Amino acid sequence: MHLSNGSRWFLRLGTAFTLLFIYFPIAVIVLYAFNSSRIQTWPIPGLTLDWFEKAANNPGLRDALWTSTQAALGATAIAMVLGSLAAYAVARYRFFGRETISFLVILPIALPGIVTGMALNSTFTQVLGIDLTLFTIIVGHATFCIVVVYNNVVARLRRTSVSFEEASADLGASGLRTFWLVTFPQLRSALIAGALLAFALSFDEVIVTTFTAGDGETLPIWILNNLSRPRNLPIVNVAGVVVILLSMIPVYLAHRLTADPVASGR
Amino acid sequence: MGPGLDRGEGLSTAATHGRRRLQLGLLLSAPVGWLVVAYLGSLAVLFVAAFWQLDSFSGQIVHSWTTSNFETLINGDVYRTIVFRTVGIAAAVTVTCALLSFPIAFYMAKVATPRVRNVLVVAVLLPLWSSYLVKVYAWRTILNENGILNWLLDPFGLSGPGFGLVATWLVFTYLWLPFMILPVYAGFERIPNSLLDASGDLGASAWRTFRTVILPLVFPSVVAGSIFTFSLTLGDYITPSLVSSSQFIGNVVYSNVGVANNLPLAAAFATVPVIVMIGYLIGARRLGAFDSL
Repeated sequence: MHLSNGSRWFLRLGTAFTLLFIYFPIAVIVLYAFNSSRIQTWPIPGLTLDWFEKAANNPGLRDALWTSTQAALGATAIAMVLGSLAAYAVARYRFFGRETISFLVILPIALPGIVTGMALNSTFTQVLGIDLTLFTIIVGHATFCIVVVYNNVVARLRRTSVSFEEASADLGASGLRTFWLVTFPQLRSALIAGALLAFALSFDEVIVTTFTAGDGETLPIWILNNLSRPRNLPIVNVAGVVVILLSMIPVYLAHRLTADPVASGR
Repeated sequence: MGPGLDRGEGLSTAATHGRRRLQLGLLLSAPVGWLVVAYLGSLAVLFVAAFWQLDSFSGQIVHSWTTSNFETLINGDVYRTIVFRTVGIAAAVTVTCALLSFPIAFYMAKVATPRVRNVLVVAVLLPLWSSYLVKVYAWRTILNENGILNWLLDPFGLSGPGFGLVATWLVFTYLWLPFMILPVYAGFERIPNSLLDASGDLGASAWRTFRTVILPLVFPSVVAGSIFTFSLTLGDYITPSLVSSSQFIGNVVYSNVGVANNLPLAAAFATVPVIVMIGYLIGARRLGAFDSL
């Protein structure tokens, strides 16, 4: 496509500006994690690895990391099962209300987080009368994680042909055997990608979690609670870097697993 | 072919028909059960809770039917101001995100080589759903009086906005920008190059091509992106509480659940973003945004 030099430069500058805007704050927080001073001012006087050691030995932070890991694993497991069941039904069957399923799955993430959080909170505390624990965190996270697994699996099922499954059935394989030997291998990378995204989404979530966590602290909640304690800020920086890594790496891997090699030019 | 059958036309007997319906029922029971019971059920509870009342003496929630919470909200000037402030900032954030996303999305779709495009897609995708809180905290550090922004601006005799409404707008824009870039990028990709070349060949300037050819075609994608920027802003209470002292819908809801322990009033106020979003989704659907998601 023909573009004038002026337009070309405008687009390049605009792109560079937006990229800088996106990554500048992330770079700043990573740099602060190595700040040798306890006080969060700029410029930083020097670099140190001390805070990483202090963070590794901080019991509150370790507990929060463990709670977050359990919550993310639990939510991912539930979302994997529910998301793929719904995806298989929508992609391979025709039935009344099929459109509604897609809508229902997306709703927990389309509505403002505070609404989802409050709704679950009132059900747990007012109707069911149960305490807010790790279990309630997992229920909340699983609800909004279903959509990422569902989306990945539906997209994959729509791209893979039904004829393989039909051929397998014609050759006498049972439904279960067809699923295990034909459908599942085609879905595998989409399932892993969905799981990785669900893990990242759960690991990072804070708004719904504040309503469903009770006294338990997930990593983001630990960060939130410690922002008001200046003494702990150096460790918060380190926790921030951990969250950045643990939520960005799965997203990157998921993208690699599902990227269409032709479209991405590789 | 009866309902519930998708394939196997030649084999369609009553037995396979029934078996497929059973399979479908087994497949759907768990996910639909979860979403209807755990989620829609909870939303219904929230809605009903909006009509309960807090006994001002005992601090206990009275499960009897009353519209007093909605009366409090409608008659309270404070609440109206907060609703306008929240919707206003959501609109400002949406417009800013759209403006910032145009150059990079167009560059990705039409100018960049496949390799560069792939790198840019990953660069935009990575921060989409990751480290929300860390990003807000990073901006707190940057906007701080002794932070890096004031240090950068100081040689020019300027200073940053500090904490307040401007900071809230800036941080929201930052947080939701990737949610706008990706649909707009997809929208640009769908515009055939020939249309743009034709416009140029007929003598239109780059600006005129943008205004009269590109913008109308990409508008549904902008609306699609704005569903996220709008909804996410309406439901957030953490960003405003960390970078400003202003109250937003989310802050009022949160403090009524936690500190004031007035769940019914919080539930009533939480219906406001839901109603705004439903109106927004209906409008977006008319503009064709759902096909661009």
